[in-house]
Amino acid sequence: MNILLNGQEKECTDGSTVLELLASLKLTPESVVVEHNHEILQPEAYTAAELAENDQVEIIRFVGGG
Amino acid sequence: MFHAPDFKQLSKQIAAKTSADVEAALSSSRVTQDQLAALISPAAEPYLQQMAMQSSEITRNRFGKTTQLYAPIYLSNYCTNRCVYCGFSADNLIKRKCLTLDEAEREAMILHDRGFQHILLVSGEAESAVDVEYMEAITLRLRDKFAAVSIEIQPMSTEHYHRLFLAGITAVAVYQETYDRDMYKQVHLAGKKSDYDYRLETPARVAEAGMREVGIGALLGLSDWRAEGLAIGNHLAWLRKEFWSTAFTVSFPRMRPATGEFEPLQIVSEQNLSQLIFALRLFDPDVGLIVSTREEARYRNGMLGLGPTRYSAGSCTAPGGYGDADHEGEQFSVGDHRSLEEVCAAIREKGFDPVYKDWDCEFQTGMI
Amino acid sequence: MLTIAGTEFRSRLFLGTGKFSSSAVMADAIEASKCQMITVALRRVDLENPDDDIMSTLGQREYTFLPNTSGARDAKEAIRLAKLARAASGTSWLKLEVTPDPRTLLPDPVETLIATEELVKDGFIVLPYMNADPILALKLQDAGAAAVMPLGSPIGTNQGVLTDAMVEIIIEQARVPVVVDAGIGAPSHAAYAMEMGADAVLVNTAISVASDPVAMAAAFAKGVEAGRDAFKAGLGAANKEASASSPETGKLSTDLGFLA
Repeated sequence: MNILLNGQEKECTDGSTVLELLASLKLTPESVVVEHNHEILQPEAYTAAELAENDQVEIIRFVGGG
Repeated sequence: MFHAPDFKQLSKQIAAKTSADVEAALSSSRVTQDQLAALISPAAEPYLQQMAMQSSEITRNRFGKTTQLYAPIYLSNYCTNRCVYCGFSADNLIKRKCLTLDEAEREAMILHDRGFQHILLVSGEAESAVDVEYMEAITLRLRDKFAAVSIEIQPMSTEHYHRLFLAGITAVAVYQETYDRDMYKQVHLAGKKSDYDYRLETPARVAEAGMREVGIGALLGLSDWRAEGLAIGNHLAWLRKEFWSTAFTVSFPRMRPATGEFEPLQIVSEQNLSQLIFALRLFDPDVGLIVSTREEARYRNGMLGLGPTRYSAGSCTAPGGYGDADHEGEQFSVGDHRSLEEVCAAIREKGFDPVYKDWDCEFQTGMI
Repeated sequence: MLTIAGTEFRSRLFLGTGKFSSSAVMADAIEASKCQMITVALRRVDLENPDDDIMSTLGQREYTFLPNTSGARDAKEAIRLAKLARAASGTSWLKLEVTPDPRTLLPDPVETLIATEELVKDGFIVLPYMNADPILALKLQDAGAAAVMPLGSPIGTNQGVLTDAMVEIIIEQARVPVVVDAGIGAPSHAAYAMEMGADAVLVNTAISVASDPVAMAAAFAKGVEAGRDAFKAGLGAANKEASASSPETGKLSTDLGFLA
């Protein structure tokens, strides 16, 4: 199935969770914030959050800025 | 809430000031509260002329070459307070009178016909004679005839002030009389007014209610006038921070020894009064400074343009006094007996323009 | 000491973390500046470089992080970024930036006020970036902003405090701390803002793009301290000549004897 990740199409396994997505991207869960279909997820929800076709996922973190 | 600093501490702060402090204050672009203490101090007396010059320059820059004019109307001399210095005090055996709405309107029309557009409605503090309903009713009658109607009556709740604002009142004056807590207790023997803190919090309630202008002040002659001046400065600065969209004025009711009236506990000279006015002008360039007809014509002429921005004129301080030449029951006797025309002539002679109004209450939003 | 929303800051220099050549230089510059408040922005993770994480450089230290909403063009976008920032930082501190014009990045006063009202209700500690408009500053204060951040000049221009006349009024009138932000290009500019009575300054570009950012950060720390000390010492004398020269001496128009 395909999801929209940070504005780009991304293929991922059917029924995978946000936690699995982060692992596949080599991102430690503590270093990012995940917005799943415009809802901010609490880190403890990553395991339960299953991805579905055409879901929108934003993975965000702090960068340098003034 | 505003916490009045300890009065004795203020006196000490002022007494410690030296001529070096005064010079620093005079060369400062923004006079701080501590520098105000220096300008009010005895150390500043040799600098009075320099203060006058700076004060007059600031006043001209901020207010132009104008002097605003108003007249008081005394509605009632009933009072439930016992204040040792006041002609209306509940124990005084004077003829008591509270104008009916018709009588009040007649008084107002006399002033209107004399050319006044800004009137100040004054009363003793007696809820039974003058309450919010009475004030609302009289305001509704007068507001179309005058550009501005302001009041100086007993302290009210925010809600009542807001009601009067919606009726067309633009400004409220409420003086602390003295910021010296101990003295306050000594001279306010009984009545609602004996609550120092309730009175102190009143200007904030007025501002909160949306009034365009709030007048504060202290009666000069009860306690150390220098400390009163510093307390006024502190209060003013606090009010400005809390209520940035309100305009503020300060009045300087000065008591003088006179037969049959209260003997001031402290003598405040014309020179002292001038120093206080200049100091406050340097401290707050935008505050309106009011000198009433308590002061003599000679003094008021001499102070024109030097700091004060508003004068009363042709005043009578007894209820019904404009229509009835044989009136009794004044609050205090006036020092300047000139008519409005005479005061205006004196203002023009100084090269200033007498201003009868600077706002029309008609423009206030939400009026009833 | 400077207190914002109950938190005390010894340093009155806030640092932005953008535009540094490397994380290591940034960390050293922050160290040299002795600052305690640093701003950070929020962006999508660069999926090509997942290890590029500013928090791995700064996260362990004792700073107050002030996430910004940079990039937001209206109140709605800013509020969304604010919520993400809160989730990411675990705190409610927020530098609110709403900049609809990508060229000048000047702040939108209307949207900034709307966003401030909403975010304060939602429990954020809001420090809005704003043009140096005194009335707007007071309205933001009344809406519950914890401090206001008027700009000295357009961001990144290093022009200094061109808005000084207005900043001065804001400092005089505001009850909340005033942090001069944007356009501060030299330690002297920072000192100037502090001499006027600003509570703090926020600097980024002038440090990050200096040839030696670490040395420049230390220089800014001194500038801010010097300015603050000068303000406390009472700077009046510097204005003496300008204000005292205008009265026409001896031309007081009065008959009062004690003024003659």
